[in-house]
Amino acid sequence: MAGAAKRWAGAAVGPVDLELAEGEFVALLGASGSGKTTTLKMVNRLAPPDAGKILVAGEDTGALPAYALRRKIGYVFQEIGLFPHLTVADNIAVGPRLAGWDKARIAARTAELLGLVALPVDLGSRLPAELSGGQRQRVGLARALAAAPKIMLMDEPFGALDPVTRAALADEYRALHLRLKLSTLMVTHDVPEALLMADRIIVMEGGVIVAQGTPADLFADGYAGPARSLMEAPRAQARRLAELSQGPPH
Amino acid sequence: MNERLEAAARLLPDYLSQHVLVSASALCLGLVISLPLAVAASRSPTVRWPSLFAASLVQTIPSLALLALFYPLLLAISHATKSLFGVSFPALGFLPSLLALTLYSMLPILRNTVAGLMGVDPAALEAADGMGMTATQKLARVELPLAAPVIMAGVRTAAVWTIGAATLATPVGQTSLGNYIFLGLQTEDWVFVLFGCAAAAVLALAVDQCLGLIEAGLADRRPGRIAAGAAALAIGALAALSPLYAAPGRPGYVIGAKNFSEQYILAQLMARRIAAAGGEARLKEDLGSATAYRALAAGEIDAYVDYSGTLWTNVLKRSDNPGREAMLAILARALKARDGVLLLGPLGFENAYAFAMRPDRARQLGVASLDDLARVAPSLTLGADLEFLVRPEWRAVQRAYGLSFRRAVAYQPTFMYRALASGQVDVISAFSSDGRIAADHLVLLTDPRHAIPPYDAVILVSPRRAHDARLISALKPLVGAIPLSIMQQANLSVDRATGKATPGQAAAALDARIARHGKAPL
Repeated sequence: MAGAAKRWAGAAVGPVDLELAEGEFVALLGASGSGKTTTLKMVNRLAPPDAGKILVAGEDTGALPAYALRRKIGYVFQEIGLFPHLTVADNIAVGPRLAGWDKARIAARTAELLGLVALPVDLGSRLPAELSGGQRQRVGLARALAAAPKIMLMDEPFGALDPVTRAALADEYRALHLRLKLSTLMVTHDVPEALLMADRIIVMEGGVIVAQGTPADLFADGYAGPARSLMEAPRAQARRLAELSQGPPH
Repeated sequence: MNERLEAAARLLPDYLSQHVLVSASALCLGLVISLPLAVAASRSPTVRWPSLFAASLVQTIPSLALLALFYPLLLAISHATKSLFGVSFPALGFLPSLLALTLYSMLPILRNTVAGLMGVDPAALEAADGMGMTATQKLARVELPLAAPVIMAGVRTAAVWTIGAATLATPVGQTSLGNYIFLGLQTEDWVFVLFGCAAAAVLALAVDQCLGLIEAGLADRRPGRIAAGAAALAIGALAALSPLYAAPGRPGYVIGAKNFSEQYILAQLMARRIAAAGGEARLKEDLGSATAYRALAAGEIDAYVDYSGTLWTNVLKRSDNPGREAMLAILARALKARDGVLLLGPLGFENAYAFAMRPDRARQLGVASLDDLARVAPSLTLGADLEFLVRPEWRAVQRAYGLSFRRAVAYQPTFMYRALASGQVDVISAFSSDGRIAADHLVLLTDPRHAIPPYDAVILVSPRRAHDARLISALKPLVGAIPLSIMQQANLSVDRATGKATPGQAAAALDARIARHGKAPL
């Protein structure tokens, strides 16, 4: 992504330069309105950029029809957007159907994906309204992975879940990312989530990148860059948690 | 009563099949037009506001007027295509009804489809886009299925409206369940009116229930219910339409009738004569007074009975009065030359506009002629039929006698006689062949200044049947065969409150009488 930018009346994002290496997990971190979601959506052209150039696997995204580009990229967002009139299995099968897979392959793939996101296979015949929030987001994840994309775009994927479910799903996704050799770009405003999941963190503010580095770099005691204030609260929490793990004071 | 019900029930297959045909066609056409329009409207405000506004505007036009307006419109288009491409089409009957009802059905479908599409959860749309659906895939797989229950609710409303409004297609020549209502209203046959209302209501409710089942099935995602509702609709429609495919291609002769008892009887009489001569005849009833002549000239009906004075003023636009014989001769020549219409001859009676009063009231006021009436008119109320007050005859009478009433009220003819009987009005513009004049002993006021032209009933034949030997020989014996008293009796048998006959029964009686007595002297 080179110099990608989008402007509206009174607001603008970019120019943003960003590279996601194969197999890399990058978190876009920032407060609400910092431009991280727009940056993510410029990649799959849900927010087509007004300037700059975005390449996916060496191909200019502006040269492809948007639907063809999007079929190569997995997309998960906070509201999930499961299709309420389709069963879980049919929701997962949407991508493969668009790609024109045959019936047997789709059925096998659906079962495989339910297992991959740790859902029982008999859930496939349910409607989304019958599921819990965590189950729904697992289905959303399975649906995004169904057509076997190599790139995943995730926009606050676990934002609406309770903390326990959220931590479990974050762990599971991190494992999937490694196992399926995905390249993931994830938007979050949750600093510990970014620290724990990503290989690299990009901090955005006012529509531009203000800092980036590995979680270890940004979280290190000596770090004094622009994202320092973001790290203060998790650092204090970490210290307190470490104290607690030492047992009660004498 | 039972006899009336039986008579009504015998007509049901024909009326119901025509009613279902025209309302189902209109609803389908409405869907075909409204759905794509609604999709476009949900995408763009520049389509949305004009189309919803236009559809709402159509709803503000009274449905009867909307149906009526399509006749002159289609007639003009038909004339234009005739002169440009040599192709014309009927401007009466199915086509104007179809188009008017289609327009009428569009608002609920359009409004609900737009609302349904715009109400689809934005997250589902974002997911559809994010997964790489094209616009068409998104519409077919996400938007329409999610909006389907709301769309179906609109279709239900449209179906009920269309089935109800289709009863008003009768006056433009489309047979429907409305024939019961219009016929019943004209002949004071409340059994027929109620039968028509009940039949239309039952039809609307049944269709609504089937569509409701489909709607519920869509909302609960229960394909069984959808299939059951659709199957019930399909079977019902096929059953209702069965008389149509049983009937042969319906060539034959079309006999027109205006909207009153005498016209129904005479049309049935002509149809009987044609059938007796081995021809096939069907009726197009409840035509408007001016519509009937134009329909005949355009060949949409083959024959009907009109009245010399009406043709004189409405078609030839003349206001003088040359006398009975001269008027008939001039009409025969002029209609032939102008439209190719054949004036076969007078039936033998006159159905003139005549001012009538109750005998007690006429005596009390000392009124026997229009001159007498003019003296007392400023304190009296006139009851007229719906068109009399705008007809040239009324202006001619006003001019000739200086008539001016305290008040003039227009009624359906049936209620006009009732208003006179109850004293709500003092004078009415009656029809001289009406059986109720003799039955109620009404006094007809004389017209010493001859302001009202003669109204001899005459058979008119369309240009394309003007040389049809079978038709001419079937109808010719009616010329001069029906004296006034006989027509009055026939009319009364249909109009009276008790022991009513249907127009068909009255026509049969009339036919038998003509066969017994042959031509009566004119």
